[in-house]
Amino acid sequence: MDLMSLTAVELGKKIKAKEVTVEEAVNAALSAIEKKEEAVHSFVTVDREGALARAKEVQKRIDAGELTGPLAGVPVAIKDNLCTKGLLTTCSSKILYNFVPTYTAEAVENLERAGAVVIGKTNMDEFAMGSTTETSAFGATKNPWNTEHVPGGSSGGSCAAVAAEECSYALGSDTGGSIRQPSSFCGVTGIKPTYGTVSRYGLIAYGSSLDQIGPIAKDVTDCATILETIASYDTKDSTSVKREDCDFTSALVDDVKGLRIGIPRDYFGEGLDAEVKAAVLAAAEALREKGAVVEEFDLSLVEYAIPAYYVIACAEASSNLARFDGVKYGYRTEEYEGLHNMYKKTRSEGFGAEAKRRIMLGSFVLSSGYYDAYYLKALRTKALIKQAFDKAFAQYDVILGPAAPTTAPKLGESLSDPIKMYLGDIYTISVNLAGLPGITLPCGRDKNGLPIGLQLIGDCFQEKNIIRAAYAFEQTRSYEHSPLAQ
Amino acid sequence: MSKTYETVIGLEVHVELATKTKIFCGCSTAFGGAPNSHTCPVCTGMPGSLPVLNKQVVEYAMAVGLATNCKITQYCKFDRKNYFYPDNPQNYQISQLYLPICRDGGVEIETAAGKKTVGIHEIHMEEDAGKLVHDEWEDVSIVDYNRSGVPLIEIVSEPDMRSAEEVIAYLEKLRLIIQYLGASDCKLNEGSMRADVNLSVREAGATEFGTRTEMKNLNSFKAIARAIEGERARQIELLEEGKKVIQETRRWDDNKETSHAMRSKEDAQDYRYFPEPDLVPIVISDEWIEHVKARQPEMRTEKMERYQKEFGLPKYDAEILTGDKSFADLFEAATALCGKPKKVSNWIMVETIRLLKDNEMDPDEIPFSPENLAKLVNLADSGAITNTVAKEVFELVFTEDIDPDKYVEEKGLKTVNDEGALRATVEQVIKDNPQSVEDYHNGKEKAIGFLVGQTMKAMKGKANPAMVNELLKELL
Repeated sequence: MDLMSLTAVELGKKIKAKEVTVEEAVNAALSAIEKKEEAVHSFVTVDREGALARAKEVQKRIDAGELTGPLAGVPVAIKDNLCTKGLLTTCSSKILYNFVPTYTAEAVENLERAGAVVIGKTNMDEFAMGSTTETSAFGATKNPWNTEHVPGGSSGGSCAAVAAEECSYALGSDTGGSIRQPSSFCGVTGIKPTYGTVSRYGLIAYGSSLDQIGPIAKDVTDCATILETIASYDTKDSTSVKREDCDFTSALVDDVKGLRIGIPRDYFGEGLDAEVKAAVLAAAEALREKGAVVEEFDLSLVEYAIPAYYVIACAEASSNLARFDGVKYGYRTEEYEGLHNMYKKTRSEGFGAEAKRRIMLGSFVLSSGYYDAYYLKALRTKALIKQAFDKAFAQYDVILGPAAPTTAPKLGESLSDPIKMYLGDIYTISVNLAGLPGITLPCGRDKNGLPIGLQLIGDCFQEKNIIRAAYAFEQTRSYEHSPLAQ
Repeated sequence: MSKTYETVIGLEVHVELATKTKIFCGCSTAFGGAPNSHTCPVCTGMPGSLPVLNKQVVEYAMAVGLATNCKITQYCKFDRKNYFYPDNPQNYQISQLYLPICRDGGVEIETAAGKKTVGIHEIHMEEDAGKLVHDEWEDVSIVDYNRSGVPLIEIVSEPDMRSAEEVIAYLEKLRLIIQYLGASDCKLNEGSMRADVNLSVREAGATEFGTRTEMKNLNSFKAIARAIEGERARQIELLEEGKKVIQETRRWDDNKETSHAMRSKEDAQDYRYFPEPDLVPIVISDEWIEHVKARQPEMRTEKMERYQKEFGLPKYDAEILTGDKSFADLFEAATALCGKPKKVSNWIMVETIRLLKDNEMDPDEIPFSPENLAKLVNLADSGAITNTVAKEVFELVFTEDIDPDKYVEEKGLKTVNDEGALRATVEQVIKDNPQSVEDYHNGKEKAIGFLVGQTMKAMKGKANPAMVNELLKELL
């Protein structure tokens, strides 16, 4: 039996039942990585020794009855922008090529408390800036469905690792779609929770007011289980929210009778690939057949989301990335004369083109004289977008649409035209601007065999609605393993 | 100088708050730890770390704002001030620009020119930076982040001051208020209070302000006064020569008593302020304001009244004792122990202040405990030691904080009341000073004073002066 073809929850059950040891599970992941990494390149770092040592420790604690949760002993891959104590954390950037954190991110700690075994750190777009995982300083990740295509991004390494079955599940982060879009491209399931649900402590910030950590796995059950484990109120994160309703697995019921689903007409206009459109509408039809009330409506303001997002995210990024300066950790240029020359050379050599583009854009919009025209206007737009969603959620429990306008493009196609790449975020970024939860799950494949993703969006703190709808839809089809998984 | 000029001054005062922990993390604010020993991922700007606001900082800032008649901004926010420098681990400082916690206040000052109010434009909260040490020998710079994240408030005045005297009066007033609140020790020499002086001059009667400069590196009230005089003269000279004052930041060198330009407005940085996304807005309820108000400690005016009423002190004493919180604290503690307010007051007002002056010390450096002062007061007041001995013992209390009871006992300094011993000494003194004895008999009453002095000297100050007087009169 291939342990890696199981879902995380299935593997966890086998470990609990003593049918499989933690070491066997970890070894299965490590040998899968050994076999597939050359083709897929999901990982920046594989922690073979650490994972095997940890496996023994976790096994002991399972045997002692201390670890009884569904994820105990299950191998997980962590996006490389989440700090892991003693384990290289690079954000896929040259500027952090040697950075080893002194502490572990809260979300990862929550997993470790539940007995998870971290097997490595996954590749990403540099500092989570990009939609293809091609901006990584350590080379692009490939799509396990077709290695000539990108896996999406920025959590492309995490999604590809799950789809290639190199790990049982993974954590990603989502600032403008970075979990949902690559989940869609790789045919896996990913959740971006409501802002404030998962502590950002230890997540190397890109756009602080938009960043959220979330699960990536084979199915909705896994995602709900993982989210239940990583969600916590954390006093170390001021934006963390105290929630009493994090029992997400209670929403895993195959019943959408009466659930009100809205389809924004704005999401099905120009630019949407016909095959994607057909698959997503078919999914809506499947939910209608199961008893959901499905209606079309006008969301409005959709075209303003992209400019508002890039202004806000880049402004925050320009400040968040200022600390990478060669003084305290990470890369420092070899030769320099004086402090300012050191700063300039270090940052010029350490950051890639996309990170530089966003730092410059962000610095510009915050400059005196431009602040009101760009940054403040973007904040106002953000508030209006939130209002538009509030209005929609007065009518609907769930908003249904595509995760991306197309399936995964070929490697090298996107970076030449950044504006086109930015436009690909159209269905995901307004969710971040409004702080909403969203889930992506597979709903079909195009003529080239590439996965198509369905996105379900909920109101703030209403993850259970989208989990319920996603779970019900998932029951209408079976999980498709990628060619690289086999 | 043909014209008369008016000086216009506004101050930016940074005050380090007396919280136990830093503004955005749990690290200690204690002074003097080994470099980088009071640090964590947050105050060293480690990737992924996040700030969490220390509520005590908000309360101190509110307390200072309320005591300086400011309006509290009930929805206030932090902003990021972006600039690159290695003392600032994130390369941005978390400060407040758009919605500072306090606005529109003022304090009344009194100078020879009379009373006036100096307006306070705003008070905002921010974090301190680390400390850079430049090692010229190794040609490297090293950084200590122990100070990084220590909470500060910046009190920005209106340009309402017109002389160095007014500036000092304003600063002393602020310092007193803040010390009374316990919000800071306000030591200029240690940097827990720092003032930047914005100064311009204009012809008397002009309604427009002149071009101002900002003066930094002022470490004492004296330096501030000298810098104001120096900068005023420099600007007037420029104007008299038909030149222009350039808007710039200048650094004062108190040893040379001159300043030099640090940076002009042209190369002023664009700090690209924007709201700090890692912190939520601070919502200050009416209840919270009332709570802080209710806990506001007794301020100087109330204390002064109480000292007169409760302890029966003269107004003069009450003024001096409340003029520095250290005096007031010492007075109250020692009085509580010995129950003799006026005696305690005398020891503080005369001997303590004299010794502070002699040793060039500030009141907050008073080196002895109230317990030992109370003991001394009791010894002197009960007649167990003479005033002469008491003064000697006090010097040791001041310098070494000795226990007066023990010391007097060990050294045998108690007043000699033994008539036999005194009589022998007095007899010897009379014998040795025939001239004075004669003077006395010739009606020179003063001569007895000399003889008392001689007796005391012979007894090393320990003789009971009343008994010496009586014995002298008897034996003469």
